[in-house]
Amino acid sequence: MKTMLLKALTGKPLTEAAPAQSGLDELGMTLGLQARRRLGRSLAIRQVDAGSCNACELEIQATGNPVYDLDRFGLHFVASPRHADVLLVTGPVTRNMEVALRRTYDAMANPKWVVAAGDCAIDGGCFAGSYAVLDGCAAVLPVDVTIPGCPPKPAEILRALVALMQRADKTS
Amino acid sequence: MAEISELVAADRDTFRTGTLQRHKMTRAQWEQAAGDAARGYVTLLSLWATRSAVHMALMEPNSRGVGILSLENRRAEFPSVARLHPPAQRLERSITDLFGLAPQGAEDTRPWLDHGAWGITTPLAKARPREARQPDYDFLPVIGEGLHQVPVGPVHAGIIEPGHFRFSAQGETVVRLEERLGYTHKGIDRLMQGATVARGAMLAQRCSGDSTVAYGWAYAQATEAAQGVTPPPRALWLRAIMAELERLANHLNDIGAICNDAAFALMPALCSPLREKVMRGCDAAFGHRFMRDAIVPGGVARDLERDGRQALEAVVDEVRRGFEPIVELYDNRPSLLARTVGTGRLRGDLARQFAAGGYIGRASGRDFDLRRDLPYAPYDRLTFKIPVREEGDVDARIWIRIEEVRQSLHMLDQLLGGLPAGDIQAPPGPGNAPGEGLGLVEGFRGDVLVWVALDARGRIRRCHMRDPSWFQWPLLEAVIEDNIIADFPLCNKSFNCSYSGVDL
Repeated sequence: MKTMLLKALTGKPLTEAAPAQSGLDELGMTLGLQARRRLGRSLAIRQVDAGSCNACELEIQATGNPVYDLDRFGLHFVASPRHADVLLVTGPVTRNMEVALRRTYDAMANPKWVVAAGDCAIDGGCFAGSYAVLDGCAAVLPVDVTIPGCPPKPAEILRALVALMQRADKTS
Repeated sequence: MAEISELVAADRDTFRTGTLQRHKMTRAQWEQAAGDAARGYVTLLSLWATRSAVHMALMEPNSRGVGILSLENRRAEFPSVARLHPPAQRLERSITDLFGLAPQGAEDTRPWLDHGAWGITTPLAKARPREARQPDYDFLPVIGEGLHQVPVGPVHAGIIEPGHFRFSAQGETVVRLEERLGYTHKGIDRLMQGATVARGAMLAQRCSGDSTVAYGWAYAQATEAAQGVTPPPRALWLRAIMAELERLANHLNDIGAICNDAAFALMPALCSPLREKVMRGCDAAFGHRFMRDAIVPGGVARDLERDGRQALEAVVDEVRRGFEPIVELYDNRPSLLARTVGTGRLRGDLARQFAAGGYIGRASGRDFDLRRDLPYAPYDRLTFKIPVREEGDVDARIWIRIEEVRQSLHMLDQLLGGLPAGDIQAPPGPGNAPGEGLGLVEGFRGDVLVWVALDARGRIRRCHMRDPSWFQWPLLEAVIEDNIIADFPLCNKSFNCSYSGVDL
């Protein structure tokens, strides 16, 4: 373990530095400015799976790994909706999850935003029309930002949160 | 009356080569089959219904024959299998919710998938509008002094799937855990009915996102068997490359995540970048990080080009170099091992009774892997070992996964090196004819079963998909007993059962 830690101290970070193609660096700058003004440099996110297949969860989890490292943008996931600014919803919103999703939203303090991540959360995706789903998050909550993809890639999820910050700034 | 096990053993040669004939049962034979499953003469692989019948898939453990038994039912009921063989219980309760068929003699008749929110009842039979409000779910009673209940979920603290856990605890010690699932029920079974084979493939690959390839392959096997189509060798090798990449990505992610639940954050910090490399390799080679829609009935959608192959070879190389120091780190951390060794022990007899697949069964001495035991091409051409341990604790499940990472890397070497040339799609079959087929594929979590029945237009009459977690979730309840609540996340993550895969 000593060698491992030494290597971590002296080696290059795994986090992708200034990736021109993915625009992560630029994204960090924008988010930094917006977040500072509006939310004191941080944005707390509560994620709710409203019936996804779990691929979206895996990619959202990945945004926290050392390669994407969402914490450096002031973004972090919180356990309680009481602490959250953003509700990140995945899945087509199954009828069995409708109440739990509404209650989570109601438990959040204002101001709050809703992000629908993944094709399912946008309009039900390939499950639309089923007796068991509500065809997307908008049927239950006011959606501010959507992130298309099945599932969206980690970098796309990060990028979308910036768009949200910009909108939050305009409406303030 | 022929012995059930002989009947099933006789199907050894037809399974995987074409349409599997179902055996029509009398009620007495059906009950005998349930009893034989309970006695361990045959292994219950799945239980499901169509409008006019109930079906069970069985395996005879010695000959490794796989057969399907069917019982016609005209009176909306059938003799309960779970009465004799408890692993069938949740499958049976789902049959009641979806088809309105009542298992006679069943002990637990509470609804499972139906939470009373659909607006209709029995959606796969003649659906009726729900009239009365569904009564509140009755959790099993726990009696004793100083007990308290801890309800958790469906919305959990982390970024995971939704489900409800009801702990009854005495102090810190869990006396009983009861799971309440079904929150992610999307109605996939009904969406499948009447769908084209192509749309079915899309839905199958969205049952459980982490097992996209396993589902895609099992579904393809089932429809190919039903239509008499044989995919070309190159397509099968490409499917195996995808399947091992999927296994690799999930094992790498979970080895780190389990240790994270013991608050050892260095493990996920090292494991997750390796998983990211695998995902990017998949994207480069097959055009999607989860390889969604890359497997199509009859073959694969896209060939592996030279760039993609080089990208994958580089991934295998990097993971191999990066992984062993991580294993060493895990093995030499007494503070971490103190949390994993002896925690969440699954008894071997329970693993066998429930036919627990994947690392859960293999960590508790159930020496079974479809890739070796009911082999399908190209695994019959590869050399690999199936790791087995007896301890059955969190640590053993981690070690099975560690060894499986090594084996998958070894298989990827062979698969990338020996990839045969040729087509990636079978020529179109003889046309549409009604047919039935069974697919069985070893996913990272265990055996995925898909049974499909096609009608004369080549559309899906009924598709049943059984996730390995059907037989793993109930065991988690047994495993947590006498452990402390604080160790539940650790036990749960070491199982990593699929919610979406069983909720459908």
